[in-house]
Amino acid sequence: MDAMTKDLWVFVETKEDGSARNVGLELLNPGKELAAKQGGKLVAIIIGNHTEAAISAAGEQDADQIIVVNGEEFAHYNTDAYVNAMEHLIKKYGPTTLLIGATSYGRDLGPRLSCRLKSGLTADCTSLDVNEEGIMEWTRPAFGGNLMATIICPDGRPQIGTVRPGVFKKQPPVENKAEVITEDFHVAQSDIRTKLLEVIQEAAEEIVDLEGAEIIVSGGRGVGGPEGFQPLRELAEALGATVGSSRAAVDNGWIPYAHQVGQTGKTVAPKLYIACGISGAIQHLAGMSGSDYIVAINKDPEAPIFEVANYGIVGNLFEVLPALTAEVKKLKG
Amino acid sequence: MNILVCIKQVPDTTEIKIDPVKKTLIREGVPSIVNTYDTYALENAARIKDQDASTQIVVLSMGPEQAKTALKECLAIAADKAYLVTDRAFGGSDTLATSYILSEAIKKVEELEGYKFDAIFCGKQAIDGDTAQVGPEIAEHLDLPQVTYALEVENSEEGFKVTQQGPENKQIIAVSTPCVITFTQPDFEVRYPTIRRKMAANKAQIPNITAADLEGSIDLTRCGLKGSPTHVKSTFVPVHDSNIQFIEEETLEEAGAKLANILSDEHII
Repeated sequence: MDAMTKDLWVFVETKEDGSARNVGLELLNPGKELAAKQGGKLVAIIIGNHTEAAISAAGEQDADQIIVVNGEEFAHYNTDAYVNAMEHLIKKYGPTTLLIGATSYGRDLGPRLSCRLKSGLTADCTSLDVNEEGIMEWTRPAFGGNLMATIICPDGRPQIGTVRPGVFKKQPPVENKAEVITEDFHVAQSDIRTKLLEVIQEAAEEIVDLEGAEIIVSGGRGVGGPEGFQPLRELAEALGATVGSSRAAVDNGWIPYAHQVGQTGKTVAPKLYIACGISGAIQHLAGMSGSDYIVAINKDPEAPIFEVANYGIVGNLFEVLPALTAEVKKLKG
Repeated sequence: MNILVCIKQVPDTTEIKIDPVKKTLIREGVPSIVNTYDTYALENAARIKDQDASTQIVVLSMGPEQAKTALKECLAIAADKAYLVTDRAFGGSDTLATSYILSEAIKKVEELEGYKFDAIFCGKQAIDGDTAQVGPEIAEHLDLPQVTYALEVENSEEGFKVTQQGPENKQIIAVSTPCVITFTQPDFEVRYPTIRRKMAANKAQIPNITAADLEGSIDLTRCGLKGSPTHVKSTFVPVHDSNIQFIEEETLEEAGAKLANILSDEHII
């Protein structure tokens, strides 16, 4: 299909409580510049139930327009209702570009939608640009982060991409000037072919919020065993940080998968990432090299982690960490 | 129950190295494996067959002739039958074209086998492309419901109860059959082939499905490079600019304390 407008859309995914997931708000930031380069408006698309919080958050991230679809059938993400709603909106308003956060739901929605629209989708992007012809250039890692590829979709519209959480940062809130359009669209229960039966609530201590963490203290093979994470936990506690890990530590059964950072784990971009006993395999770097500051502590001076780090200490982490933790406590008083 | 498992032969991306001078991927000598996530899909199919021995498991792959090695591995593990979709006309396909060809091939396999599949299982994504697109796109081409990020499945009256890894929590999703389910890493291990199955798999004849076999139903303008809406404009090896400051003191304890002070002075903590 042809685009009817030059608008750039950002799908702002909502949680069950109707508030926005961070990644959608993050994408409005680069979206503003990309929309300007394409010569159109920045539009936030919000689908959910009781979405007032998400709508004002999107407005404060400088969306020009917000298109909202509300309904009970959208309260919890499901493929059929969301794809039908997005298809309806796109056919009615005709954006030229659509950005979706690469959450598990975004990666469920994106391919199904792009296939229905017979347009191209680029998954899991880490960098976005618009070329002279006004075509999006989507850059993404492939081969486990060993290679970066820049993908274009010259003819299909809208051009669609999913973008990893944490790659872009939200901007400080601005005055909300967005025009809000509420679209009356509903999906019949009979058209929804999946049903959520149960959410398995995990104990609070098992929930690991790596993506929202300001500081991450992460351990790898050099930690040596499950008990080796103890000095990392103590440092994390002193810093108010979250504990992460490399794949090696998870595969060895030292720490649960929920802590894993990297290509097959979480992509994170905290203010500070402290890598302890992590060699820095490319798959790990793919998940954390966007951090603002990286500290590496490793016995091996040749470890690739030092190539991405801002500060490094070559040596045994079990000698470094207790002193570091003690000094942090002293500084924080 | 009849289950189709889609698999892809991929280079073992954990074994890929970068040529430090040319800054290109070194692909030579990198072993080819069955995509890790696809082995989870196959294991889940095998677990259904453990419960109900009448279950038929067919594996399907698209790729060059050598992808039969991967299909044979699946036959050795749990599959009853395998088909390879292969044709020069299919080369260079992006995910949309690939999923279209696979969906047409699935209809062909159903015709050849004389039954319909109750479920199509795929890996969540392939470890080389990492797009996670082909599974949901097959579901769309065939107008089937989909569940992605599945950890395990259980038969139920109307179809499956799927344990799904949601954004925060695990959740149970009911889906009717026929459907497409894509799998991520479960808590359990995948099984190894027995020697007997391995020997039988090595001798297996795997039929090809070519463009000619799909004539009449497939639209070749939607296949291959020309049928792909996305194009790779360029590729490059990521470079990290190194401007590291090493902290060297008399002892590691002193280095640790110094680090804390630097981070504090720079307002990082």
